[in-house]
Formats: sequence, structure tokens, C-alpha cells
Amino acid sequence: MDVIRKFFRAVGENIASIGTTFAQGDAKTRLSYLIFGIGPLMRGQIVKGLAFLSCEALFIWYMVSFGWTYLSKFSTLGTVETHKEHRVTVYGDNSFLILLFGLLTIVLIFLVILVWRMNIEENRYEESLLKAGKKLPANKSVLGSLLDGNFDKTLLALPVLGIFLFTVLPIMFMICVAFTNYDKNHQSPTNLFTWVGLDNFKQLFTFGSSGFGTTFLKVLAWTMVWAFFATFLDYFLGMAVAILINKKGIKFKKLWRTILVITIAVPQFVSLLYVYKMFANDGLVNGYLMKWGWISSPIPFWTDPMLARITIIVVNIWIGIPYMMLIATGLLMNIPEELYESARIDGATPFQMFRSITLPYMLFVTGPFLLTQFTGNLNNFNVIYLLTKGQPQSMKMAENAGQTDLLVTWLYKMTVTNTDYKMAAVIGIMVFLVVAVTSLIVYNMLPSVRDEGGFQ
Amino acid sequence: MEKQQTGSMKRNKMIGNAFAYAALILISIIWLFPFFGLIMQSFRSYDPKVEYGGMVDYIIPKHFSLDNYRFLFSGETNYLRWYGNTLIIAFCVAILQTIIILCVSYALSRMRFKGRTLLMRFWLVLGMFPGFLTLICLYFLLKQFGLTQAGAIPGLILVSVASSGMGYYVCKGYFDTIPAALDEAAMIDGASRAKIFLILTVPLSKPIIIYTALVAFMAPWCDFVMASYIAFGYDKSYNVAVGMQRWVWTNDYQGYFTRFCAGGILVAVPVTILFMFLQKYYVEGVTGGAVKG
Repeated sequence: MDVIRKFFRAVGENIASIGTTFAQGDAKTRLSYLIFGIGPLMRGQIVKGLAFLSCEALFIWYMVSFGWTYLSKFSTLGTVETHKEHRVTVYGDNSFLILLFGLLTIVLIFLVILVWRMNIEENRYEESLLKAGKKLPANKSVLGSLLDGNFDKTLLALPVLGIFLFTVLPIMFMICVAFTNYDKNHQSPTNLFTWVGLDNFKQLFTFGSSGFGTTFLKVLAWTMVWAFFATFLDYFLGMAVAILINKKGIKFKKLWRTILVITIAVPQFVSLLYVYKMFANDGLVNGYLMKWGWISSPIPFWTDPMLARITIIVVNIWIGIPYMMLIATGLLMNIPEELYESARIDGATPFQMFRSITLPYMLFVTGPFLLTQFTGNLNNFNVIYLLTKGQPQSMKMAENAGQTDLLVTWLYKMTVTNTDYKMAAVIGIMVFLVVAVTSLIVYNMLPSVRDEGGFQ
Repeated sequence: MEKQQTGSMKRNKMIGNAFAYAALILISIIWLFPFFGLIMQSFRSYDPKVEYGGMVDYIIPKHFSLDNYRFLFSGETNYLRWYGNTLIIAFCVAILQTIIILCVSYALSRMRFKGRTLLMRFWLVLGMFPGFLTLICLYFLLKQFGLTQAGAIPGLILVSVASSGMGYYVCKGYFDTIPAALDEAAMIDGASRAKIFLILTVPLSKPIIIYTALVAFMAPWCDFVMASYIAFGYDKSYNVAVGMQRWVWTNDYQGYFTRFCAGGILVAVPVTILFMFLQKYYVEGVTGGAVKG
């Protein structure tokens, strides 16, 4: 509530300031309301004035040349279908581009309003300086400040632009797609797609043969189970291995660590695809077990749903332990030796020491790390996709979902194999909600957040 | 009496250590076994006159041969091209991504400006969206600039680098530990922010620069999703992961499995050696990142 009140107060203050600046300002300032930066230009602030002016010029050029065309069709996403005239294909509206550039235009309009506001503020500032009898900063120092006082703007300009174009805009686009019927029957540029409101979300929560409900819940449940095991098994086993290597009297510590670390170094697509083949029905493991006469028919590591899930989790331990071992090794050395010393004098067993010294310390220090590991595992694409591709397939599940599919791998299948973009977008939003909600809940439960000095 | 006790304690310790060594040796075998298998299989010929090239139930090949490696270099496939592509992508991404992350980290760690926390929170929320959600959109964006299929390599570099600013956490955490007093002293001497960044902060951050570049360099070798989608069917633009996964997943994998192993070895060996050399920095970065969260 406080945030909302603050926001509205800020908006009100801004509008008031715009008004008073206009009422009290001189002709140069008032002219700037229409032509950006004309005030600074007339006062000799060439750099700033040109910057504002070129913003306005670029914006007008963009809107006239194509921004407006796309924006005007934004509410329908296009009406003219691609059709044939005398055996020649005449391309109609492209819904995809209308949606994409429409969004871009909307964002640009907001940005230009922001620039307009800055331009007014600049005028007000310059006038107040002049009224106080001070000099305006020289053009050279305005440019120079980009390497000093305003260095942050120089540093962040390119990264922010990149993130906007390649992350923010695409995410906005996909959120919009969740409210359209963009799928294999509505592919641009041959077909149009349009807004359908909440239909896709209704379909997601429809149970029965036509809906996604059952499949979604199944995949979600497995995603949570997987993330839980993948995170905590790796965590505790990795810590155990680290303690083992750190144990007094163990030699060649570096050698043991190096052996484990090879799994991090070798690209996963090599190691995981090999491991996948190793456990295949005609693979090495089954081959040896049969040769030794332990089993008569191959164990279906990847084709039995339950077994496939267990195998994935086990293989993931193989991937995850070295990583956790590295982290734990560094942290274990930070625990003061006196704590153990005094515990030993009190007659504590190694297990008791682990439970009341090592574990609390580790949990305290690595709490946020555990959270990021968990959310990372919710979206762990590589391990699942390289091992099973989500298989074994199930006829009972919607949209080709397999028994080991996570939400992300399912999303990927929908995008690439089924080209069901609208449902992929809906699933993407669901993944976001799951991650965001877990993060919020867990973050507030973390001891290191609640009590920053707790372990000192 | 006392002597006996210390004796039994010593014996206990020795038994404990023996168990520990046994466990460690077992772990080492489990961890090394797949790599041992991979190396061995890569020397098994796929030529039916010499040996069966598909899946077999033994590790050590009956005849060691270099057929698989010969195949990779023979030009029958674009393997060398894929390898070159991946190398180019990895180098460019490593350099550009490191520069961007350094810039962002410095700005967020050292400068205080309006909207700083807002920006950080916004990026945090953005990171919660699954990465592949935007696949189609990115594809069409790149297509507008002709950066798909034949132009997939600059396209891939662009996509990997463009959003890398969001991965600033570890590096910013490191910058936060460099005393601000150093900056202030330099500022009193009249150095500008840009000068402090280039002459003071960057040289002090060698470990974290190596860590960032190493992680960025290794990622493209595993990149399968983005690379296959953007190169879409244009064989010459594939990277090794995209090109070689077909050898495992195709129905004809019987003839290609050993070739995949050989190709995998050629990828894994240089990357692993590089990693081992820079392991120290990797551990430092990973541990620092984990504690900061």
C-alpha cells in the first residue's frame, strides 16, 4: 500500500511541476514543450539540446515510417489475410510482426514521454541557475561527465539496451501470445492470429480429454519432486564427500578433488549423452549384468517411467556432487577449529559434531545458494533433455508430454515440435509463477535473511 | 592402561581412514568410469571388417584403431567446420560477455544512481522466466537482421552476449570486497571514474575476470537448444553439440556411436585441460558466488 501511495504522490508532484514550469518559464522553456531541447540549444547547451532534439526527431521518423502502421493494427493483430490473386500470393497482415512492433512502439511512446519530462526538468534547472546568476556548465564538461559523474550511464547503456531488445521485449511478446490463438493453425505470415482473452488459461485448467489440466498437474508434480531431490541429495552428498576429503589423515586431497571436478570440466552434452547410452537397453551396464548372468533381460533404465525418474536423479548426483563438493570444501575451512576442539573435550561423537556445528553453519551460509539451486533445478533443461528427452512417452498426456518431462522441457517441445506457441507461453508464465512464489516464500524463511548476524 | 587406550584409539583411527580411502577409491572409480569408457569406445573401429561399431557389452576394444578420428578429419561431415564454429563462438562470447559483466558490475557496485535497486530487482524478476520461453521471438528478431541459418554464428554470439548483463552477481560481489577507500584516494588525486575503473579496479580483479571468461567460454560447447533453433537445418552453421547429437539420437546410431565418442573426446580434452589450468579461479568464483547468494 505504501508503495502505491508513494507512486501516486510522485505522479502528482510531477504533473504539478510540469504545470508550474510552464506557467513561470520563459519563451525558450515553453517552446521546449513542443520542440525538445530547443531551450537548452538557445541557451548554448548544444550537447544536451541536440540529444533531446534528436530523440524527438528519431521518434517522429520511427512513427511515420512504420511504428504507426503496426500500432494501429495492434487491437486486432491484422485483418487482411494472405490470399491468392491470379495464382500470385498476395501477403496480407503479419500478426507476428504487428504484435512485436506494436509492443515496441508502445514502449517507445513511454520512453519518449520520459524524455519529454527530462527535457522540461532540464529547462527548469537551467532557468533557475541563470536566475541565481550562475553559469551553465560548458559543453565539454557535459560530455566529460559521461566518463566521471555519469559514468554509470556510459557503462549501462549497451547492456540495458541489449537486455531490453533480447529479453524484456521477447518476454513481453510471449506474455501477450498467451492471450492469443497463435499455434500451428495460425502461423504467420500465411495465417492471422488474434486475441482470445483467457481461453488458453481456461484450457490449461480444463480436466478431461480436451484439456491440459491432468497433464499439467502431473508434469508440475514431477518438476517439484525432481527439483527437491536434485537439490537436497546433491547438497548433502556433496557435503559428505567434502567432509570425507577434508578428514584429517587423508592424503592426496588434491587428487581426489581433481578426479571429481572432471565432470564439471567435460561439456555435458558429451558426458550425459554417453551416460545415456551406457544405461540404454543395449548399453554397457545391461550388457555386463547380462554377461555376468545377474539378470536375464535388460533393465529398462530409460523406458520404465518410475525407473527412468530414479535413474535421472542418480545420474544428476553424479553431475551435482563435484560442484557442491567444491563449495563445501571452501566453506568447511571457515568453521573455527576451536568449536570442534571444545566439542571433542565434551565427548561429542563425530555425528553429533556434524549435527550441531557443521550443518547449522552450512545451512546458514548457503541458504540463498540452496534457493538458487532449487529454482535452477526447476528449470534444469540439460540434464533431462540430454538423458531422456522427457521420454518415456505417454498416450495419456497432452501435447507429447513424457513421463520425465519438466515444465521447461515440455515448453520446449511445444515450441519446437508442436509449434503450439500459445500454450508454450501459458506454461512459461506458469513456470515464472512457480519460481517466483517459491523464491518469495523460501527467501523470507531463510535464517540468514531473518537474522543477519545469527552465526557470529 | 593409558598406553592401551591410545593404542586402541590409533587402531580406530586407522580403521576409519581405511574406510575413508575405500570410499574415495570407489567414488573415483564411479566418477571416472564413463570417461574411461568414452575414451576406449572412441578407439573401436566402426568398419565391420574390423569390429562391430554399434553398442557392445565390453569396454576395451578388441582392435585399437583410429578409424573414428580419421572419419572426423576426412571431410565426410562438416565436423571440423562445427568445431571451428564453436571455437569462434566461445572466444567471442568469452571476451564480449566478460567486458559487459565488468561494466555492469562496476556501475552497480561503485556508483549510486537513481533507480539502481529498481534495476537490480527488475533483472532479478526477469531471470525467473524460463530461458526458452522467448525462443521463437528471438528467432524472428534475428531473422529480421538475416542472422539465422547462414548467419547463425554472429546471431548466436549476439543472443548470448546481449542479455549477459543480468549475470553480474558473482562479479559485483567481488567488486564489493575491494575497499572503497582505494577509489576515494584515486578520486582525490583527480582520477575520473573511467580511469579508476580501467587502471584500478580491473587489474585488481584478475581472478574474477578469469572466472567470468572461463564460464562464458565453456557454455557454448554445451549450447544445444539455441544453436539448433537458430541454425535450423543449415549444416554449416551448426556447433559441435548440434552436429553431433544426431549421431546419438539417429536411428542409425549403431554405426555412429563410436564416431560420437571420438568427436566428444576431441571436444572434451582441450576444454578439460583449460579448465584444470584455471581450476583455482573457478573454485574461488563459485564459492564466492554461493556465499553471496
